[in-house]
Amino acid sequence: MAFLRIILLRVLTTLVTLAGVAVIVFFVIRVVPGNPIAMMLPPGATEDDIARLSALYGLDKPMVTQFGIWLAGVMQGDFGTSITTRQPVLGLVLGRLPATLELSIMALVMAVILGGSAALIGTRGRGTRTEGAIDVANGMALSVPDFLWGLVLMLVFGVLLPVFHISGRVTPSLDLPFTTGFYLFESLIRLRFDLWADLVAHMFMPALALAIPLAAIIGQLLKQSLKETMNLDYVTLARTKGYGETHVILREALRNAALPTLTLVGVQFTFLIGGTVIIERLFSYEGLGNMAIDAVINRDLPLIQGIVILFAVIFTAVNLIVDLLYAVLNPRLRHA
Amino acid sequence: MLDAKGLDGRSLVRRRAGLRLWLSALWLGMLCLAALLAPWVAPHDPLSQDLFLGRLPPFWVAGAEPGYWLGTDSLGRDVLSRLLYGARVALLVAVLAGSITCLIGATLGLLAGFLRGWVDMVISRLIDIWMAFPPVLFSILLIAVLGPSLTSIIIAIVVIDWTRFARVVRAEAMVQGTMDYVASARVAGRGRIGTMLREILPNVLPTIVVLLTLEMGIAVIVEAILSFVNLSIATDDPTWGGMISEGRISIHQAWWVLVFPLIALFLTVLAFSQLGEGLKDRFDPVLR
Repeated sequence: MAFLRIILLRVLTTLVTLAGVAVIVFFVIRVVPGNPIAMMLPPGATEDDIARLSALYGLDKPMVTQFGIWLAGVMQGDFGTSITTRQPVLGLVLGRLPATLELSIMALVMAVILGGSAALIGTRGRGTRTEGAIDVANGMALSVPDFLWGLVLMLVFGVLLPVFHISGRVTPSLDLPFTTGFYLFESLIRLRFDLWADLVAHMFMPALALAIPLAAIIGQLLKQSLKETMNLDYVTLARTKGYGETHVILREALRNAALPTLTLVGVQFTFLIGGTVIIERLFSYEGLGNMAIDAVINRDLPLIQGIVILFAVIFTAVNLIVDLLYAVLNPRLRHA
Repeated sequence: MLDAKGLDGRSLVRRRAGLRLWLSALWLGMLCLAALLAPWVAPHDPLSQDLFLGRLPPFWVAGAEPGYWLGTDSLGRDVLSRLLYGARVALLVAVLAGSITCLIGATLGLLAGFLRGWVDMVISRLIDIWMAFPPVLFSILLIAVLGPSLTSIIIAIVVIDWTRFARVVRAEAMVQGTMDYVASARVAGRGRIGTMLREILPNVLPTIVVLLTLEMGIAVIVEAILSFVNLSIATDDPTWGGMISEGRISIHQAWWVLVFPLIALFLTVLAFSQLGEGLKDRFDPVLR
């Protein structure tokens, strides 16, 4: 019962947070100077034309009324119409979402592999130079943000040793047979490994740039909790049974040490998703973040609203999932 | 655990931490000098364009022109001079945005953590809402609202990053609030605000100083990101982010336009964060 109540409370606060985001976004972007309608019309349009188009987009009504209309629409899945492309916002945003999700998940996988191996190698060689070297690398990776790692990678693997593509999601001249937006996933299912390789060659650098800071955090925290776990009695017992160090770390200590890292990875994953905005811009990757910056530059109010809300939904959903997962995995909370 | 080996290891760690602290301070000191003396030490006017001198390589590459040590960009502007002037913007943003963010965030965190009750509820809910915004997108949006200028950048950083201080200081003030010394101060007749400022604040201060150092590094990056998407200050003025943005475009023709501001940014961010880490190791038992 208590378990259910915790979940219910958690879902409720999530909804309050989202409502807060919706209100703030709506009113902040309406203070943006520069009339989006005037930017849409060709030069020489009269005041009358501007007034008529404003009425069409509902921009002539008082702000609170506009908010009411917009919120009612959102409840029915209607996020309005983009001013620059004149297409429904929901369709545009959902069209770009798979690209950003694929990039974020690829980055997460890279971070877990890199950070996990750093932690395991560091624990295996604790007290030696190996651990020292891993600590120094972790410290570097942690203090420099994804934007700078992206630029460094771009110079190294894009210019110095041009092995990866520095812009776009896929080579434009390729013929794409995809029916969904999840190119990377679909190319595997369709066994089109040529396309898959091209996609990976485009995504490698942006994904790695996003992964490096998170990998450092995972590496540091997992190593710390592994080292603590290695001193527990049951691990000592496993050692006295004659198992080797690597076996003890992987089969005995890892499972118990992973839990605190998991919670942290959840929060940090939302930071990683937030980082896609600038990384997509840097690598001209056609995802949500790149679209968001264009929308701000073009003063496309409905589109900006839609994208920010979607990001907020993703952030809060990730946090919610991690909290629930933690509750399920942690026996102390489950039986509380 | 105090065997000889453990002691040796620990003093080694401490020595390395000390070195890290000094190197960081050295780089930041040099940067301050460069920013202050830019008009006197810069070999050229950072804004003067000369299309005949466009994309000159740095001094050790064939085809370099004497006097343009780090080469020129596609408009013929001297990279070294722009780098030196760019340090002014970077440091100004770091110090101003960092300290204002710190003041506001730490105050709110202290109030929430010590007073608890409805104050804590309101501030915590605000923090939750703030954490649901993608920060880069939020800052770009704010600059679009405020118009590109140095003041707007500082406001955007303060508006977005106050939660960094508020979250940590709140948690820390909550812990300190339960300690015996706080209770005895209250018994001795100190008021709530007095206790907060005289008893809690000094104990939270080391944490705040460390966070402030880290925030300064973050502010430098935010400024660079905003200049990169062309939303920082007037586009003519030299900023590291603006230089990176230009360098990104001519990456295949003139790598040096990108490399030098990138190195400067990299070292500065690293220095701020290592300074923070170093201070943390020395003074702060909590964050350590």
